[in-house]
Amino acid sequence: MEKRSVFNSWWLPILFALPQILLILLFFYWPAIAVMKWAFTLEPPFGGAAEFVGLTNFKEVFADPFYWKSVAVSLIFALCGTFFTILVGLVLAIAVDRQLPGSGLFRFLYILPYAIAGPAAGMAFRFILSPERGLMASVNAAFPDFWNPAKYGTHALVLVIVIFAWKWAGYTFIFLLAGLQSVPRSLAEAAAMDGAGPIRRAVDIQVPLLAPTLFFLLVIMMTEGFVGSDTFGIVHSTTGGGPNHGTEVMVFRIVDEAFKGLNYSGASAQSIVLIGLIMIFTFIQFRFIEKRVHYK
Amino acid sequence: MKITVLQSVLASLLAATAFGAGPVYAEKTKFEFWYGLSGDLGERVQDACKKFNDMQADYEIICTSQNGYDTTLQNTIAAYRAKKQPAITQIYDAGTLDMMLSGAFVPAKKLMADNGYTIEWANYFGGIANYYATAAGELNSFPFNSSTAMFYYNVDAFQKAGIDFKPETWEQVDEAARKLKAAGFECPLGFNFDTWQMMEQFSAIHNQPIATKGNGYKGLDAELVFNKTKFVDHVKFFKKMADEKLFVVKTKQLGMDIVPAFTSQTCQMIQTSIADHGTIGKSLPEGVKWEVAMLPVWKGTERQNSLVGGASLWVMAGRPEAEYKGAAAFLNFLATPEMAQWWSTVTGYIPVTKTGFDAMKAKGFYDNAPYKGRELAIASLTYTPTSENTRGIRLGGFTQIRKEISTALEAIFMQNADVQAELDQAADRSNAVLRRFEKTYAGQKLN
Repeated sequence: MEKRSVFNSWWLPILFALPQILLILLFFYWPAIAVMKWAFTLEPPFGGAAEFVGLTNFKEVFADPFYWKSVAVSLIFALCGTFFTILVGLVLAIAVDRQLPGSGLFRFLYILPYAIAGPAAGMAFRFILSPERGLMASVNAAFPDFWNPAKYGTHALVLVIVIFAWKWAGYTFIFLLAGLQSVPRSLAEAAAMDGAGPIRRAVDIQVPLLAPTLFFLLVIMMTEGFVGSDTFGIVHSTTGGGPNHGTEVMVFRIVDEAFKGLNYSGASAQSIVLIGLIMIFTFIQFRFIEKRVHYK
Repeated sequence: MKITVLQSVLASLLAATAFGAGPVYAEKTKFEFWYGLSGDLGERVQDACKKFNDMQADYEIICTSQNGYDTTLQNTIAAYRAKKQPAITQIYDAGTLDMMLSGAFVPAKKLMADNGYTIEWANYFGGIANYYATAAGELNSFPFNSSTAMFYYNVDAFQKAGIDFKPETWEQVDEAARKLKAAGFECPLGFNFDTWQMMEQFSAIHNQPIATKGNGYKGLDAELVFNKTKFVDHVKFFKKMADEKLFVVKTKQLGMDIVPAFTSQTCQMIQTSIADHGTIGKSLPEGVKWEVAMLPVWKGTERQNSLVGGASLWVMAGRPEAEYKGAAAFLNFLATPEMAQWWSTVTGYIPVTKTGFDAMKAKGFYDNAPYKGRELAIASLTYTPTSENTRGIRLGGFTQIRKEISTALEAIFMQNADVQAELDQAADRSNAVLRRFEKTYAGQKLN
């Protein structure tokens, strides 16, 4: 039987938890309640009497075709972003896990991009991949408009997903590498002796055993893709939501409407819809995908 | 939305630290000034603050850059809601109506009268003052950094292409573009999707309304009409020229915006702010000849005055009385002719008062490079007395409206969308913005 430590008084554990509880109240519940209030009123930016308007804000949001476009863009961004960050992180982790010469250096290098802020990465990539001045300029000179994120929404979306994956692959890499290192060596060694190559071993042994880590990363990256500050930062510093709403992810739209357009109420309504969507996605992930994950 | 509260908390923390910072002199009244300019221009604001602090012993102004016009407005709002607002804040042209309806400011005229300063209000250029004044012409805020859009062209390229006229009309720009192209210049005219030059200034100088009700001055129930004016033909003209590769889109998404496109001599003509005059002069290689001119008009147009751009200084309500004395002293200090000249010299912004401008002209400031040409901005702003269509733009949510229009331009020029259909859609969406704004401020009247 495991030995348990128990608090004898009720106030001591609460005292320990208090800083955390206060932070959550201040930075989560308070804003969330303000958003609820604003979403059903017309909030003047400088405060003052706000008229209760019921569901008008929501109706306006849902009636806007560009809102639905931003939902679609967000979905594509989050799904593709998640897929590629995990894929790249996994491939890198498996490669580094083989402990070939230089693994230590690469482990360090692969984590580095994660230390760079999203907007900074966005700014750098905007120059590197700009269609008329960057690396692709020479390709464009031979094949006009081969790569033009200022013109084609799909190219622009690829651009922001690439930046997102570039940055966050370092993050998934850390988790997956740690996960791989807890996979018993003997399994891989036995498979190797049976003649399984590195890819075979990865697909049949390592990846299935990584399932809990992969599931964790799936949830985290989906949420990050939807509402992460990098998602906004990257879009803001590269395409600015364009061309013609092509990369207008939901968070970008919300921040833009609230702080540039000073439409606090409309943005609040959109925030609530976004929170609802995330709850649904997380529910789906836990309900249907987690069932296939074996923790022990 | 988490960010609003977060920002207000941060803003108040910032305010708290700013108050706590530095040694405390009991006799000095401290007050804050938030501004949006950053980089080189931001440094110049700091210089102005330092000059003020060194010059007198009663007040100490603490100047903080918020790194951008829109963030300054956001932070001012957040701070005001948290009752930590600065005494003075710099708000850009598009935020003027939000400020006017906020009830969160002390009108300029009242502030100066209460603190015993006499300001010759008529001394402000009409084209500048009316943008920030009530319909009756009373200033709510102080015009600070003012600019207007100008036309820049590369004289060397013009000579090489054998162009012997100045681009004063769009017909001439058309002809010049063709000659430049024939002479081998890849980008005769560069443009981006900034609505300020293309829509707002164009409409003013061609006496075209942007919205009904005198561009919004006469009521919150104004409706946008830019999709029914000469602006539509102008966009069609640009589209035709762009299709012939005579006018070329230059945005930062493509790799280079219009000003670097001009200074790298990629493009030979651009329309941009007079505030870029200094940058352009500094960035172009030594010896390259270039000129600045008033924006071209279509032939046969009776040119009107252009609109002022930039920002003005608002004094926020709800501060202790002593701070207002300091704020008034600071604003009075900025308005002195010496400061006006210093500010125009180091930045490129134009002087906002007639006496300031006359003093600079008399001293020969505009006679030689690098300041030669900047007087044309004043000429453009004061070309005619302001009228209904050229007084300014007083529309709610104007930042969003600008975005709707520039998105439409993006669709037209980058994705070949239909000009009229896109502009109609932008007008419809912008009208929805105006209606929501009207409802948000229900019961309020423009004064």
